[in-house]
Amino acid sequence: MIPASWYLLLSAALFSIGVIGFLIKRNLITVFMSIELMLNGVNLSFVTFAHQWHLVKGQIFVFFVMVVAAAEAAVGLAIIIAIFRTRATLAVDRIDLMKL
Amino acid sequence: MNGHLYLWLIPALPFAGFLLNGIFGARLPKRLVTVIALLAPLGSFAVVLNAGATVYLYVSRCSLCGPPNYGWSILPLVESYGAWISAGFLHIDVSFVLDQLSLVMLLVVTGVGLLIHIYSVGYMADDRGYWRYFSYLNLFLFFMTVLVLAGNALVMFVGWEGVGLASYLLIGFWFQKTTAADAGKKAFVVNRIGDFGFLIGIFLLLSTFGTLTFTEIGARLAATPSMQGGVVTAIALCLLLGATGKSAQLPLYVWLPDAMEGPTPVSALIHAATMVTAGVYMIARTHTIYDHSPFALLIVAIVGAATALFAATIALVQTDIKRVLAYSTISQLGYMFLACGVAAYSAGIFHLMTHAFFKALLFLAAGSVIHGLGGEQDLRKMGGLRKHMPITFWTMTIAVFTIAGCPFLAAFYSKDAILFAAYQQGTSGKIFWLIGWLTAGLTAFYMFRLWYLAFQGESRAGLHGEDDSAFVHARSDTKLTLEDEHHHTPHESPRSMLAPLVILAVLSVIGGWIGAGRFAAFLAPAVGTKTAEAANTGLEWTLTGLAVSVAFIGWFVAHRLYRNYAGREPLEAASLPYNVLSHKYWVEEIYGALIVKPILAFSRFVLEMLVDFAILGGLAWLLAGTASFGGALLQRWQSGNLRSYAAWLAAGAAALLLFALVPWTTVLANVGIHLNTTGH
Repeated sequence: MIPASWYLLLSAALFSIGVIGFLIKRNLITVFMSIELMLNGVNLSFVTFAHQWHLVKGQIFVFFVMVVAAAEAAVGLAIIIAIFRTRATLAVDRIDLMKL
Repeated sequence: MNGHLYLWLIPALPFAGFLLNGIFGARLPKRLVTVIALLAPLGSFAVVLNAGATVYLYVSRCSLCGPPNYGWSILPLVESYGAWISAGFLHIDVSFVLDQLSLVMLLVVTGVGLLIHIYSVGYMADDRGYWRYFSYLNLFLFFMTVLVLAGNALVMFVGWEGVGLASYLLIGFWFQKTTAADAGKKAFVVNRIGDFGFLIGIFLLLSTFGTLTFTEIGARLAATPSMQGGVVTAIALCLLLGATGKSAQLPLYVWLPDAMEGPTPVSALIHAATMVTAGVYMIARTHTIYDHSPFALLIVAIVGAATALFAATIALVQTDIKRVLAYSTISQLGYMFLACGVAAYSAGIFHLMTHAFFKALLFLAAGSVIHGLGGEQDLRKMGGLRKHMPITFWTMTIAVFTIAGCPFLAAFYSKDAILFAAYQQGTSGKIFWLIGWLTAGLTAFYMFRLWYLAFQGESRAGLHGEDDSAFVHARSDTKLTLEDEHHHTPHESPRSMLAPLVILAVLSVIGGWIGAGRFAAFLAPAVGTKTAEAANTGLEWTLTGLAVSVAFIGWFVAHRLYRNYAGREPLEAASLPYNVLSHKYWVEEIYGALIVKPILAFSRFVLEMLVDFAILGGLAWLLAGTASFGGALLQRWQSGNLRSYAAWLAAGAAALLLFALVPWTTVLANVGIHLNTTGH
């Protein structure tokens, strides 16, 4: 039986990698992927605790997060495509205006 | 007895008229406006007559009051309408008092007021502001009767301020004309100075006597004859300042000549017959104070005598018919002040009454002339009106002879009473008499000058054509039809204007027949008797003779100089005095340079530099600066840069985690800080 703390450590590592990627990467796609990484890190900790305490709530919560993440991915990718079409760039430092 | 005189109706009726015409006048038919406007003074006059008759009859019916000629002794009657101010030791009632003094004054105010209301119906017939005019006129009558009836100084002050307001509204009645609007403002501002004095006087009265009721003050002063000079003089001088403002005496007379911008009946009622005499009335009403301050009395006499002579000299060379009369009014008011200054209050009130008759007549006749000439006021362009306006001519002639002091006309009695009283007042009295005597001569001269210029000789209407048309244009927006129809042919005025003229002419003739002695005896309970009434008939006749002769000299000189007037002012020959007089001693210019300009500059400085630039501007800059500085700071957060937002987000999350996870109370306790938490 693998102890819960290992899962949690993995979860924290995933989340931290996500945060660091979110902060330092300049490509919009990579930033987007970092966000997904953070979400999955959190999901992992949800599932871990659900397993630990034998509660189903955490697992249900994970489904919600996955649904919302899917929707968010669809919208986000659509926005990214729109930005790339007009700006011909995905460098986040050069996308600093509220309009296209 | 008390409560059956309905004194409150006297001001209430004009006030009702003011409200009705002021609120609904614009929508009411003109005939109804006229009826309302005339009923107000008529009703007041009737109530006054009723009150007088009631008192008189009561006395003769009452067997316990002694012989009938003991008469008016139940006066003064006080009607109180409840407390106005009641705070600590201070109790001020709304009270009206009827005594001989207020009765005479009320008869003059409501009687002459009624006549002038009637006259105004004709004079203002073509004016668009007809209803507005009459509502103001009724408002004036309301405040004036409050002033006269007032039983204490505060109620009097209400009336005092109110007539000032009515005067302001009526001077600036044709407010489209800049000169009229400015004249109204000037009258108001100059009167403020006087009102300031009056108000200080009221406060001093309150702190000295603890009451403002005239009768109580009189009783207190009578009980302490030792109370002389000092604070009493201060009170008297403060009240005098108020009186000089309202009664247009030196040094505050400057507003009255400009007040002639108002409609002529207004000049007659407010600026000749009633309101400007309020100062004299006030001094007579508070005579107990003046009696205890010989110094203040002397100042009153000096102000009166100086004003009488000063204004009469300016009147000599005025070319505007109304301005001649305005300066004449100032001069005559000076006589009344002189009378009060020599403690001959009854003579002052006597002259006030006769003056109300003949000066109202002079103004109304002048108004009739102006009306007949379609707005012309320049004496140089008149002449020959005798043929065109016979009734105006004859009534004006009576008025001119009256004011000149022709024997057996009203002013002959009253003016002589003043001069005689002045002469009896020691050495200073001789000087006052001389000044008064000289003024009488000047008065006769300038009045006959006006008479010759306006009515005798040939018409000079076409002489200065271009000025004339400019003047007509200036007024054409207010008096539309008048000029167009009648400009070139002088015509006699309508009957509603002539009837008051005739009545006032009759009063100007018979108004003095009661005689100064009997009048003084009648007023004695209210204003006291002058101590030195030594009946020196020989001296009196001599003085009368001198006064009459100087009047005839004035007439004769005017006759020689102006009988054949042809557009050239004969007085111009004496060029230096003429210059001084025609510039009115440069008083306006001096006031302008010494007082108006510095105050204007100072208030401009305060307004523009301190208030506008420093306070308002500074506040605006402060607000804008804070906003823009704060904006400049906060702007850096809103960089639009995704990664900076992300960094803030992460930092915030980290801070929250730090806050939630670290057991702060334990950490702080370990370093020696104990938080005062009640949780554990």
